[in-house]
This record gives sequence, C-alpha cells and structure tokens, in this order.
Amino acid sequence: MTWIAILVSAVGCYLLKLAGLSVPAAVLEHPVVERIADLLPVALLAALVAVQVFASGSTLVLDARAVGLGVAVVALLLRAPFIVVVAAAALSAALVRLL
Amino acid sequence: MPAPSAPPPSEPPAERAAIIRDGLAVGVATGAYGISFGAISVAAGLSVWQTCALSLLMFTGASQFALVGVIASGGAPLSGALTALLLGTRNTLYGLRLAPLLNWRGWRRFGAAQILIDESTAMSVNRDSTESARVGFLSTGLAVFALWNLATLGGALAGRSLGDPRTYGLDAAVGGAFLALLWPRLRDRRNQVVAVLAAALALGIVPVSPAGVPVLAAAAVALLAGVLTHSPDPTELPDRDDLPGGGEHR
Repeated sequence: MTWIAILVSAVGCYLLKLAGLSVPAAVLEHPVVERIADLLPVALLAALVAVQVFASGSTLVLDARAVGLGVAVVALLLRAPFIVVVAAAALSAALVRLL
Repeated sequence: MPAPSAPPPSEPPAERAAIIRDGLAVGVATGAYGISFGAISVAAGLSVWQTCALSLLMFTGASQFALVGVIASGGAPLSGALTALLLGTRNTLYGLRLAPLLNWRGWRRFGAAQILIDESTAMSVNRDSTESARVGFLSTGLAVFALWNLATLGGALAGRSLGDPRTYGLDAAVGGAFLALLWPRLRDRRNQVVAVLAAALALGIVPVSPAGVPVLAAAAVALLAGVLTHSPDPTELPDRDDLPGGGEHR
C-alpha cells in the first residue's frame, strides 16, 4: 500500500511539474485557479503543522511536541536555516521528555 | 548590473560562474536538510528504499514531507498521496511562470520538469535572459537533486540505527519542518488568515475523522479563499532570500 502511494504520488507530482512547463499558459492561467494553487500550500502546510503537533490519533493533545514547535518559531524568527529549525524542534522535545 | 536593453546572446563568463556558484550554495544548504527528511521518513515507518524512492522520483520536499507525515500520524497512505499531490500543484504554477523564460522544447522539457522545484524556480524566475535563467535553473536544480538524494540516503541510514524516534524528538521535528516550509508565505496577511483557519479546521475535525482526512479537508479553506478574495500574493513565487544558502548573496 505504501509503495502504491509512493509511486502514484511520485508520477502525479512529475506530471504536475510537466504540465506547468508544457500546457499553453492560456489553458491554466485563470485568476481563480491560480489563486487556489497558490493558497493550497499555505492551507495544507498549516494543517500539517497543527495535526503533527497537536493530534495523537483522533485525540487532541498538548505534549513535548508543542515545546518543539515553540522553539521552531523562535529559530525561524532568528532566521535560522531549515536544518537548524528542525533539529532545534527535535532536541527541545527530546529534552522535555527527559525531564 | 544587467544590461538594460538588447541582452547579449550569452552571459559573460564571470556572471555565468556567479550564477552557478549561487546554485551550488543553495544545493548544499538544501541537501543538508535532506538528512532530516531521510531520518523522519524512516521514523515514520517507511523503509530506506521507500524513502530514497521518494527523493529520487517525487523530488519535491513539501510533498515528500507530507506523505511521510500523514503516514507517521497513522493516516492511510493514499490520503498521504493525495496531500502530496495537492501540495505538488504549486510546481505547476511555477512551471507556467518559467516556461516562456526557459523556453525549452522537446525532450529537454521532460528532463527539466523533474527538477522544477521551489529552489530552481527562485534561482531562475527573476533572471533577465533565457541564457541566465537556464544556467540558474540547471545549476540549482541539479545540485539540489544530487545532494538531496545523497542526504536522504544518509539520513535514512542514520535514522534506522537511532531506535525509538520519540527519544530524539523526531516526531516533533515533523511539525518544525512543516512550519519552516510554510514560514516564507506567512509574510502576506491573507496567507496568515488562511493558515490559521486551515489549522483550526483540521484540529476541529481530528476527533471525528480518520487520520489524514483533517489535512485534506483544510484544502477547502484554500478553495474558498481563492474564490472569495482577489488580492495578489507577493509570496506566490519562492524568493532567493528564503532559500537555505540563497540569502547571503544579495
């Protein structure tokens, strides 16, 4: 099942890239379509942040991951590089669990 | 300074070298966080092979993180795949902007499509000639591809030997990764509102839906906001300054 998901979405992602380079602009260049394509990453990434940090199965929880997210926010405000943001989130959550 | 009119048929060697150097810098910095993708993916339960297949074949960071993130939270792999595809639509948008600039025909377009990502877009979309746009696109895209895949393998092998991912906070790293991907887009006021509503909607339906569905449902916020609002989004295309390794060259 995981392999099918990987292959289907990999082929799909490639075709989405190819479509952008190949399809005449007039076909896809509609203001509403473009706005939705632009806003989808915002909505999906925000939802992914929320669910990854505050959900456990089908319950909402507040645990060490929330501390990790807070530390990530601080790292981003300090303009830390991506890898530092991710590592800081992981380490702070791990530390909280040790306490 | 670029020439104001009548661009030369080819870039001076010095400018070409500078563009390639910038592309490599972005490749190195982006590759570094491929390590986190590899480790997180293995922690989510994917095999090393599956993790490497994602970086080789899908090769678009946010979609890869989304697929493994949904699987990590217990969602069906196919909801993860759908989320990955929805996130991949932004590359279509980038392609539309880049196609007239890169102006590739035939088989080259099929190759270029695989390395059409945030980084290669940011490093080519603002160039003033097809020649320099192509150099920026290829140097960045190929450098990121090579290093992202190497780092994925390294991260996956390291992650496999770590043991319980929760001990190292790898489950918390996923949220940090998504936030870092979202961050540059949060400069825009409408995007902030969309992000808050999407997060609230997703959390609201967590208790009543299978894992993976809340994130997909949040796409409705993007649909609605896209239909109801009209202002342009200044963060629509990725900016060099937001790339790892891309900022210091301004």
